[in-house]
Amino acid sequence: MADVIRAEGLVKSYGDLRALDGLDLAVPEGAILGLLGPNGAGKTTAVRILTTLLEPDSGSAFVAGVDVRKDPAKVRALIGLSGQYAAVDEYLTGYENLDMIGRLYGLGGARSKARARELLERFRLADAGDRPAKTYSGGMRRRLDLAGALVAAPPVLFLDEPTTGLDPRSRTDMWEVIVELVQGGSTLLLTTQYLEEADRLADNIVVIDHGRSIAEGTADELKAQVGGERVEVVVGDTADVPTAREILGQLADGGGCEVEQHTRRLTAPVRGGAAVLMEALRRLDAAEIVVQDVALRRPTLDDVFLILTGHRTMDEAPPTEPNKDPEGELVEAAK
Amino acid sequence: MTAQAVEAPRTDVRAPGLVKALADGAVVAKRNLIKIKRVPDLLVFSTIQPIIFILLFAYVFGSAIHPKGISYREFLIPGIFTQTVIFGATITGAGLAEDMQKGIIDRFRSLPMSSSAVLVGRTTSDVLNNILVIAIMSGTGLIVGWRVRSSVGEAIGGFLLLLAFAYAFSWIMAVVGLMVPSPEVVNNAAFMIIFPLTFIANTFVPSNNLPTVLKAFADWNPISSLTQASRQLFGNTGTAPLPDGPWSLHHPVIYTLIWIVGLLGVFIPLAVRQYKRAASR
Repeated sequence: MADVIRAEGLVKSYGDLRALDGLDLAVPEGAILGLLGPNGAGKTTAVRILTTLLEPDSGSAFVAGVDVRKDPAKVRALIGLSGQYAAVDEYLTGYENLDMIGRLYGLGGARSKARARELLERFRLADAGDRPAKTYSGGMRRRLDLAGALVAAPPVLFLDEPTTGLDPRSRTDMWEVIVELVQGGSTLLLTTQYLEEADRLADNIVVIDHGRSIAEGTADELKAQVGGERVEVVVGDTADVPTAREILGQLADGGGCEVEQHTRRLTAPVRGGAAVLMEALRRLDAAEIVVQDVALRRPTLDDVFLILTGHRTMDEAPPTEPNKDPEGELVEAAK
Repeated sequence: MTAQAVEAPRTDVRAPGLVKALADGAVVAKRNLIKIKRVPDLLVFSTIQPIIFILLFAYVFGSAIHPKGISYREFLIPGIFTQTVIFGATITGAGLAEDMQKGIIDRFRSLPMSSSAVLVGRTTSDVLNNILVIAIMSGTGLIVGWRVRSSVGEAIGGFLLLLAFAYAFSWIMAVVGLMVPSPEVVNNAAFMIIFPLTFIANTFVPSNNLPTVLKAFADWNPISSLTQASRQLFGNTGTAPLPDGPWSLHHPVIYTLIWIVGLLGVFIPLAVRQYKRAASR
């Protein structure tokens, strides 16, 4: 049994909407698969099917060799699920939440209690353990929810967007926890909207869109497909846009220079990082073009999508606004 | 946080089937009771409401309604018992709807627990809630002049019948709770069902003088038979002979028991089925 998680041709429709359209997945034992895609790509639907919460219209899914459709009860004893909306009981304390889950897994009273304390300690919730979960911050709830998935130390874990909606600090915390988990040898399927997250955590990434896998590979392989960093320049005068475009076009590492006319923003994929950025600035300066803003940034999920699908992650979203994009932290030019 | 891997207290494959189902149900029931403890407002309001009803009906309606051979207050209290335990079933539906909304049902459904445990736990904890509410109402009733005039055994039988019917009714609300999108909807739906059901009956007024169609409904309404059964079992029927009523009101205990069995037989399977499908939305 090489693949601990395996899905073949999963299809699930809600009315006219095809949430999954023939999705295949395979996760070998002890590996982490990052399922990467925008909202509505079908990530959660896939997780719900694999965790027995949802019946697919067609296709097959196996977890640790057990058929999800034929023997869901057996699958449930092998998995831990931590969902997008931290499913903790807010009236119970952290301790009571974990103790309850332990008992429902069939661990019995004594082991459930011990396990609950142990996990609270591990997830830095020991101090808050006897407070109702209602009083927890978003990050604490997520950690409690994740702890819930680990109560029975199941060999297969599903984490559905474990950091969506968290502030950067809580997100980094969460990543640390997940990295530790994985060192324990669990097989993990993780969904995320963030390339950086998949990059940090996953051995292998499947990019999905409209319920279908559109690319697969390691983080490096995917990044190679979208190119490396990007230089982004906002010029002061619309009249300068064509010249600036020419200059950046010369420095671009394939793909040419993308222009957003109304914001006077030009973006070009580059290789060589800060050195190329400096060169770009020198040439723009030499052409007497006033530069309002400049940045060197890593490719975002948006870029990956643009390249892979020809459309942006969210069609209605305004074109790249690096400051608002959760992924596009600006890399300071001076670095 | 140490970098220790999670080492594995793996699940035992323990007694499956009924034993596990009951154990799981108890775990869920305990969880629901903790909520009552943490949010005492819930309990306060679910008990204050019937107290207000008792006082309003006893003193406002009581001044105008004079059932034959018995004081209105004695006539009224079993009716209020009935209405209150029926309203108690709303908690079942609202609780389940809330759990669905908050994703807790997803958590439960991903665990290797019995698929009926959430429902069994829910309905069980609501029985305990009802016991407490009945106790408080009985106290209030005694203060305003209600008396048990039968034997202890019969009175206990009366309370048990009320609880049993409420339990059966809570399975209806369980189905409703699993079908609707939010707890608020359960409350609205409950009012739409429960108010007509408890008013077109002999709960608050003798049903003899109702218009024909309503009287037919009231005669065969299980709420009427439950109320009548309670009155008989608590000895609150007074001296007046029972008017020519239908079989259901002459044999209210049996008729009510038939309803209880029927409701459970229909709505337990429906609720379990709905629970399994619920999260598929």
